[in-house]
Amino acid sequence: MTLDQPKVETAPAASEAELVRVEDVFKHFPIGASIFGGQVVKAVDGVSFGVREGEMLGLVGESGCGKSTLGRVIAQLQPATAGHVYFNGTDLVTLKGEKLRRVRRDIQMIFQDPYASLNPRMTVGEIVGEPLANFRVGRRKQREERVNEVMRVCGLNPNFVNRYPHEFSGGQRQRIGIARALVLNPTFIVADEPISALDVSIQAQIVNLLQDLQDEFQLTYLFIAHDLSVVRHLSDRVAVMYLGKIVEIADSEAIYANPLHPYTKALLSSIPVPDPDLESKRRPILLEGEIPSPVSPPSGCPFHTRCPIAQFPICSEQEPPLESKDGGHLAACHFAGQL
Amino acid sequence: MDRGETVGIVGESGSGKSVTALSILRLVPEPGRIVSGRILFNEDGRQKDVVQLSDEEIREFRGSDVAMIFQDPMTSLNPVLRVGFQVREAMTAHRHFSHREAHERVVPLLKKVGIPAAEQRASSYPHQFSGGMRQRAMVAMGLSNEPSLLIADEPTTALDVTVQAQILELLRGLNRELGTAIILITHNLAVVASLCTRVIVMYAGRIVEHGPTRQIFKSPQHPYTWSLLRSLPRLDETERHRLLAIAGLPPDLTNPPPGCKFHPRCRFRIDRCIEEEPPLEEVAPGQEARCWVLMRNALKPKEPTAPIQQGDGTA
Repeated sequence: MTLDQPKVETAPAASEAELVRVEDVFKHFPIGASIFGGQVVKAVDGVSFGVREGEMLGLVGESGCGKSTLGRVIAQLQPATAGHVYFNGTDLVTLKGEKLRRVRRDIQMIFQDPYASLNPRMTVGEIVGEPLANFRVGRRKQREERVNEVMRVCGLNPNFVNRYPHEFSGGQRQRIGIARALVLNPTFIVADEPISALDVSIQAQIVNLLQDLQDEFQLTYLFIAHDLSVVRHLSDRVAVMYLGKIVEIADSEAIYANPLHPYTKALLSSIPVPDPDLESKRRPILLEGEIPSPVSPPSGCPFHTRCPIAQFPICSEQEPPLESKDGGHLAACHFAGQL
Repeated sequence: MDRGETVGIVGESGSGKSVTALSILRLVPEPGRIVSGRILFNEDGRQKDVVQLSDEEIREFRGSDVAMIFQDPMTSLNPVLRVGFQVREAMTAHRHFSHREAHERVVPLLKKVGIPAAEQRASSYPHQFSGGMRQRAMVAMGLSNEPSLLIADEPTTALDVTVQAQILELLRGLNRELGTAIILITHNLAVVASLCTRVIVMYAGRIVEHGPTRQIFKSPQHPYTWSLLRSLPRLDETERHRLLAIAGLPPDLTNPPPGCKFHPRCRFRIDRCIEEEPPLEEVAPGQEARCWVLMRNALKPKEPTAPIQQGDGTA
């Protein structure tokens, strides 16, 4: 494939078929546990959504909202406390041993920190080839060829297979992490903040690479990020998380043109755009305070403590369900679209 | 930089933007030192050269004439001292306020930077504050001696976007109300567009372009500025287009390339760029750029340019 030609088309329209279905997933972490049970951090607190085949679903939220934990639960790196994760119709949560191992081939993860996620004592060839060895794919010669091929696809010089991670820059290390995720030809990739640790001028390189790879290999992505500008640029649909729950999910265009949840609206208005003329006219909707603790989230709607349009007592007593407001546009708010 | 002005210094990590700011306070970490040059500061019609100040004078200069806030407020606050004490200490270290005045100013200062329940929060410890509140406390310390210049080094980088919006609004308000000049150091061009009237773009330890923010964003003349602006995904984009990626990496400053420091990554370079470093020259009123080509010439259809290095290739 050529990475070099600028492409203008976007990814092919996502089919409606869901590759991944997340049903009522909870992930709680105990803290300060005693024999009588301690408190729990409700990192993911009852989340349901689907990822359609061939689409890039953006998952956004501020730090501590549970987006990374959700990504790890979906990729089966951490067990869910409760709920189901269906992949191609199979419930991963009930799979064990060899069956689960086989599914892992199809689900790969790209991590945020290109420094911490690569073993410094392994060469690039070993890192990228390790999944092949783990799954006993092909013979040694074939594996080496596959490693070379996937490195080329990711914009790395295959002559560097014997180098170590510290010899590479941040952007190149992220390419190594991407090559490792791709080497088994997965269908589904969970990318957890893959560009936020990189320099500005390098970010665009990785964003373009992720797009090219999607076009080339018909990948399905769950793209986790806090940077809504990048998510808008890449994603077909966007899910917004707040305090362990999804508060809004819709087509990328719809969510940016017409955010229904007041949190989404405030989040979008908080992001400055690189245009001084526009910026002088925009005024962010400033939220009071910061995200409450996920140990004891507010009653009712989790956002009511910061919400500019909350009405009492309904918002502090009844949790609004995530429901369809406008076609495929789902929002969890009693007063959706009123801010 | 004028009194009351807001200037943004943008650049990637390693471009020298933080060191530039630290030099203003003569806080460049060892073994770094200011090798040459002058840093002139005007106060009440008198001009002083920061580089020449004695240790005693520089101590007085820091904090009272120019204050600085840092990216990570947790490492800049002392974890074992109460926040109110630290704000007061910033004042008693200088001679502007008596101990009693300093004591009385703490709570109003915390209120001014938007810390709720300031009376109680003054006796909290930094770990009891959230990230945004810590940054507000840092701003309160910075402002406590009414400096005429506040240097903010990536003040919102560690914060979430909704909190970033709050801090930017706070800085904007302080600039308007108190007339405090602000130097904002950031890698985020959108933050500069939001807060600053003038922008300085740094690359490999040099200013490559500077000028009024609007002009730089509308008509950047240095290829680095131009490329950077096109490499950003934008929240307000209406159609999806491919991002322009800047090939290669920022140079290693122990062994910088000859000529223009950006030429290895520049798609508009000419032969002269490889041999000779361009000077910073005026390209429009108030705007200067360090480039032999300039974007207005490079973008002319028939202008001969070097073959364009397409793509993302680091390979």
